[in-house]
Amino acid sequence: MDSPIDRAAIKTPDGIARRIRGLSDRTIAWIFVAPTIFLLLAVNIFPLIWTIRLSFTDFRVNRPNNAIEWVGLRNYERILTDPDIWATMQATAHFLIWTLVLQVLIGFTLAFLINMKFKGNDLWTTIIVFPMMLSPAVVGNFWTFLYQPQIGLFNYAVAFVTGADPASFSMIGDVNLAPWAIVIADTWMWTPFVMLICLAGLRSIPDSIYEAAECDRASKWRQFWTITLPLALPFLMLAVLFRGIENFKMFDLVVQLTGGGPGNTTTLTSIDLKREAFEKWRTGYSSAYAVILFVTVFGLASIYVKALNKVKER
Amino acid sequence: MMDIVKAMLRFRRGPWEMLATILIALGVVMLMQPFALVLYSYSFVVTLVGTVMFIIVSHFPE
Repeated sequence: MDSPIDRAAIKTPDGIARRIRGLSDRTIAWIFVAPTIFLLLAVNIFPLIWTIRLSFTDFRVNRPNNAIEWVGLRNYERILTDPDIWATMQATAHFLIWTLVLQVLIGFTLAFLINMKFKGNDLWTTIIVFPMMLSPAVVGNFWTFLYQPQIGLFNYAVAFVTGADPASFSMIGDVNLAPWAIVIADTWMWTPFVMLICLAGLRSIPDSIYEAAECDRASKWRQFWTITLPLALPFLMLAVLFRGIENFKMFDLVVQLTGGGPGNTTTLTSIDLKREAFEKWRTGYSSAYAVILFVTVFGLASIYVKALNKVKER
Repeated sequence: MMDIVKAMLRFRRGPWEMLATILIALGVVMLMQPFALVLYSYSFVVTLVGTVMFIIVSHFPE
């Protein structure tokens, strides 16, 4: 008689029922949604407004008792005239563009091949998806060993193909090769993610469209350009959006792999921002830095979502 | 060209959104290009104007 189900089934007490009965559906809906909205305001909107406010001050979080001076746009001016931060932006652009290009090309190709329904394709899917399941810290360490000039398998593989001495180059010690070292490691780890999204897109295309194209004697090449690619494009764009945003704030993998070096050649904006905020403790300055990055990502995401919606409408 | 100008004067979403998109894209390119520091310095202003404009004009009628 006193089981949880019985207790749940007991009629709402008259006092509470009377109060609820007086509320409109709209009010009840607001009561349900209010905790989520409050949480979003507390976790997202308030820190954003606070960061914007701090970006106009010289506040240092390690000196909370110091008077906070209002510095106007000085933090923004310093950041936007600093050649080191400019170089950091270029390193981020290099990383972002090349990882996206490689991941989209390889990911889509793998998805296209896996979609061909051959024997053992489930096994291959599992094997390909494996790197994505690892922690970025593990992948960073793992690739550090692979890139070792003396014992690294990567150097031996390159040496096998090119005939060069494996110890003659260091992927993470050379200023020209280090930016490519982080691109290769990130591509290895995250191409399966792009592949999975593309695979979902390819599997959503009905066979009847291909059958109709076969009846019209369209070549495989023509089918690819007029059916496969346009119908999988929204999924591909979604994958680019996810990876673009993720790679713009890439931190852990690169810190583990190169630590931002040699010099500043692999110092991405997120690494630089972390150093300014939590090593140099320039909170106001780093807030301005974060606002610049936020506006950039927000602007890019806005136009990208607009483009994605247009593609979906077609 | 005149049609675009007329639509802009009538506060229609299409051309204004296009202008905002161009400003954002231009700002991001200016931010990450390796050629001129002065372009980098003005990149944030261009991106900010584009982003704010995009938010406003996305509420304009079609």
